Amino acid sequence: MTATAGSASLWRKAGRRFARNRAAMASVVVLALITLASIIVPITWHFGIEDASWESILTPPSLADGHWFGTDANGRDLFVRTLYGGRISLAIGVLTTIVALAIGVTWGAVAGFTGGRVDGLMMRFVDVLYSLPLIFFIIILVTVFGRNIFLVFVGIGAVEWLTMSRIVRGQTLSVKTREFVDAAVAIGVSRGAILARHVVPNVLGPVIVYVTLLIPTNIIVESYLSFLGLGVQEPLTSWGLLISQGAGQLEQAPWLLAFPAAFLAVTMFCFNFIGDGLRDALDPRDR
Amino acid sequence: MAALLECRGLDVRFSTDTGTVAAVSGLDFDLAPGECLGIVGESGSGKSQTFLAMFGLLAANGTATGSVKYRGTEILNAPRAVLDELRGNRLAMVFQDALSGLTPTMRVGEQLAEVLVRHQGLSRADARARAIEALEIVRLPDAARRYEAYPFELSGGMRQRVMIAMASLCRPEVLVADECTTALDVTVQAQVLRLLDGMKRKAGTAIVLITHDLGVVAGLCDRVLIMYGGRAVEIGPVRRIFREPAHPYTRALLRSMPSLGADPAVDLPVIPGQPPDLENLPPGCAFAPRCTERFAPCQAERPALQVAAADHRSACHLGRVQ
Repeated sequence: MTATAGSASLWRKAGRRFARNRAAMASVVVLALITLASIIVPITWHFGIEDASWESILTPPSLADGHWFGTDANGRDLFVRTLYGGRISLAIGVLTTIVALAIGVTWGAVAGFTGGRVDGLMMRFVDVLYSLPLIFFIIILVTVFGRNIFLVFVGIGAVEWLTMSRIVRGQTLSVKTREFVDAAVAIGVSRGAILARHVVPNVLGPVIVYVTLLIPTNIIVESYLSFLGLGVQEPLTSWGLLISQGAGQLEQAPWLLAFPAAFLAVTMFCFNFIGDGLRDALDPRDR
Repeated sequence: MAALLECRGLDVRFSTDTGTVAAVSGLDFDLAPGECLGIVGESGSGKSQTFLAMFGLLAANGTATGSVKYRGTEILNAPRAVLDELRGNRLAMVFQDALSGLTPTMRVGEQLAEVLVRHQGLSRADARARAIEALEIVRLPDAARRYEAYPFELSGGMRQRVMIAMASLCRPEVLVADECTTALDVTVQAQVLRLLDGMKRKAGTAIVLITHDLGVVAGLCDRVLIMYGGRAVEIGPVRRIFREPAHPYTRALLRSMPSLGADPAVDLPVIPGQPPDLENLPPGCAFAPRCTERFAPCQAERPALQVAAADHRSACHLGRVQ
């Protein structure tokens, strides 16, 4: 095949294949709407997240009184709280994934590329951390440093990079035996530059797919921690915290569980569809 | 003139689960500035491993011993810092398969520019200009646009020309072309060979042409080194070796070359038998089991390289008897 006009890049080609995937594209749109709403609504909505009202405790959803999703036991508007919770949940999902990505890719690529004893040591370290339960780790962090949303970022990020580093190491091991790495060595490119410019870009396909699956995992982990009372603290909220509170009042006020759970579920679906779409789009066999 | 490359007693061994593979054994040769040396041999004769060892690119289970000097500096098993200054700069290599030799996720131009930034400290913009120039020299059509292309967007011949452009960027003194035309069709092959010839004539680059095509050697090379079973069996000027081959293996290779005038009804002569098992090389001449001219000492004693004419040497017991 000869060069086509404009020399579409690998990524642009993958982008075009991705754009043909309807489920994935719909997911991108829905996710963008949820993200935008969680950013804008808490600023502009006529109720704040802490505005309690004695007149409207546990009112069911209604368009007439402005509480679209109803109110909770303190008379706070669930619509604004759900979207605010989305802010926290998405932020935690994305930020912890960035932390995991940065540590995991660096660690895995260096281990796989260096090989030998260094690789052995680095990966045994990963194995040791793997054996440490996440919850145990977070409880230690919380007891030592006190409750702090920042700790949730650190805790999740510090544990979730382990799988990432294993994926990247495995990919690096296979990429480093390819001839173009030898060719780069043969033209005198330094080890660091070979790793950064020739190896890492070639392992990113599976990494990107894993990222789209890691974001929802991390959102769930945060929900789980908040559910246990270890994560986000009142009056801040997240989907996990809202769900845990809603679950306690399932019989009097089912909407308190239904709306945050629906948002969480839709977001999970979106990320998974996007992950599937990316995996198909980046599959080199289709190239 | 002093040799550019001096290879002495080069041994390359690979340890495998079943034993030690002797890929290259006791290889000696020199490369003079500006000359073109052909390395000919069948698969597994050690021709590629010789140069991979020289470039520090042996697989993890491979070890090289002996000595290879570039202008008096030892480069065999040299520290990475020494090699990195030479590789891509003074010594360059073109690989057989240009698709797998180029990084798929990098634009070809960037891969060229990287070499210039690395070895000549050029700025990105200067490197880009020089890279486009180099692509024009190898007659890549529409070079400025192809600078932005990814390897998979180029045809096989274009990729090989990109590889040659990359290898020639720093005007190396030695260019090793490892079967760089094998995967190409004949017209493209001719273009690539003309490029190499141009580098030799215009830039005075010494070229090592690894191939199993004697026709290519005849057209381009000054001297030829014939390898069999990891050893040199014959080395000398191309004209002389084609006219008066001293080793039976070389004679057999020359006989098995197709020629345009040949009667198509007559089968092309082939060399019967299999290449030697490098894990269990025979004590005598490695070619003896397939040799039509073997006699008593061949299987007992390994023949050494002996002078057949001024700069023509061959490793065969026959030469000694005659």
